[in-house]
Amino acid sequence: MPRNTLNRQLNMVQDEILILGSMVEQATRAAVGTLKSRDLREAKLVFEQDQIINEKRFAIENAILILMATQQPMARDLRTLAALLEVNTELERMGDYAKGIAKVTLRMGEADVNLPMVEIDQMSELAVGMLHRALGAFIEENANVAVAIPKEDDRIDELFNTAYSKILHEMVANPSTIDNVNLALWVIHNLERMADRVSNICERTVFIATGELFEMDGMDEEDLNV
Amino acid sequence: MNQPSKYVIETRGLNIFYGDFQAVKDISLQFERNRITAIIGPSGCGKSTVLRAFNRMNDFVPSAHATGEVLYHDQNINHPSVDAVQLRRLIGMVFQKPNPFPKSIYDNIAWGAKMNGFRGNTDDLVEETLRQAALWNEVKDNLKKSALALSGGQQQRLCIARALAVRPEIILMDEPCSALDPIATLKIEDLMRELSQNYTIIIVTHNMQQAARASDYTSFFTMDTDRAGIMVEYNETSLIFTKPKDQRTEDYITGRFG
Repeated sequence: MPRNTLNRQLNMVQDEILILGSMVEQATRAAVGTLKSRDLREAKLVFEQDQIINEKRFAIENAILILMATQQPMARDLRTLAALLEVNTELERMGDYAKGIAKVTLRMGEADVNLPMVEIDQMSELAVGMLHRALGAFIEENANVAVAIPKEDDRIDELFNTAYSKILHEMVANPSTIDNVNLALWVIHNLERMADRVSNICERTVFIATGELFEMDGMDEEDLNV
Repeated sequence: MNQPSKYVIETRGLNIFYGDFQAVKDISLQFERNRITAIIGPSGCGKSTVLRAFNRMNDFVPSAHATGEVLYHDQNINHPSVDAVQLRRLIGMVFQKPNPFPKSIYDNIAWGAKMNGFRGNTDDLVEETLRQAALWNEVKDNLKKSALALSGGQQQRLCIARALAVRPEIILMDEPCSALDPIATLKIEDLMRELSQNYTIIIVTHNMQQAARASDYTSFFTMDTDRAGIMVEYNETSLIFTKPKDQRTEDYITGRFG
């Protein structure tokens, strides 16, 4: 079967995307962890290491452009590379969300803030789990698996709503902590957006398999009733 | 013992003339060991002329003469002490049109090797080189069949096997796929990649997509105002096709030449 070079280079880019994905997963877990531990050194580390994610994103983008220019991919190969470019950007933005959460920890410092940690933890675990499986399906080009994942976003939206009410109650109950509690809104917003971006990855998986582009999840940020 | 140089062939200020006409002007290029280097450019830019200078094939053109140097392992190949026949054994060539001998597949390989003094087991040599040329599985049951009965792509791989049978160090390829269909072309390109583990390959092609796909380094030639071929740019293939430095290269690879 000809095209060994194209196949080899494509696999290399896919491996790099998987590595970028694990970096984002790890950053998200670590950032949410610092909200609980208030380990400010760790939070600073997560914040700074976003730079590594950004650099990797550029390196992957460059590799994809070289592959497109030199190997002239067509049909499924072309769709795969276009999808990889898109997913690469999605992952970099998810990295920014993790960085944003670490920044919230740094802003709160050691202040005593009553956060809806149960919901935040669950949202984070769900989002990271969705991302992990979505990337697996993306690399395997498994549209059946990919189609099912965005539906899990409903659970994240529920958690978002619960956490949102808890945060509002806390603001009313303890107005003196409003500055810090307000920051918690950013945390749940970031986690909710992260899950939305997972849906985008799933859309690209279907695109590779079928050539069709469509929105899987009608709800996005602008539709949310917040 | 000295470390072998990274470059197996190098030209310094190479000028080649056909009679009074200067075909190429002031070419200085270095070719790295175990790498595939492509020379691209429009028709008449002198790329094949330069390729043929690497194993003195221009000796067969009576009006051709050259100034400057072509160094093979730091030795000027145009020096009177260099045996051109021996040089062509070490620097083999594959041509545009597959040109197998009108003999069996087996003899195509065995012949050239024997003429070059091969004394080992010929059966082994035939199998080994056909395997290296990714042809063995397709012909192993029909080695006595005429080479002319093979498809174009198979004939070209046979010619590559024939070139390998004399144990060269460098393989020059002059438009090796221009007579082949797209799938046969891609097979040759995959084969080049395999062979580059053990050989240095220099390929001339006017198919720049092929240069992009198959090579590590690319050199872009064009014609100067006096119609002599000149080298415009030489760099890693990935850079030539994404960030060329010279506007003439950019115009050529984006199809805006002329």
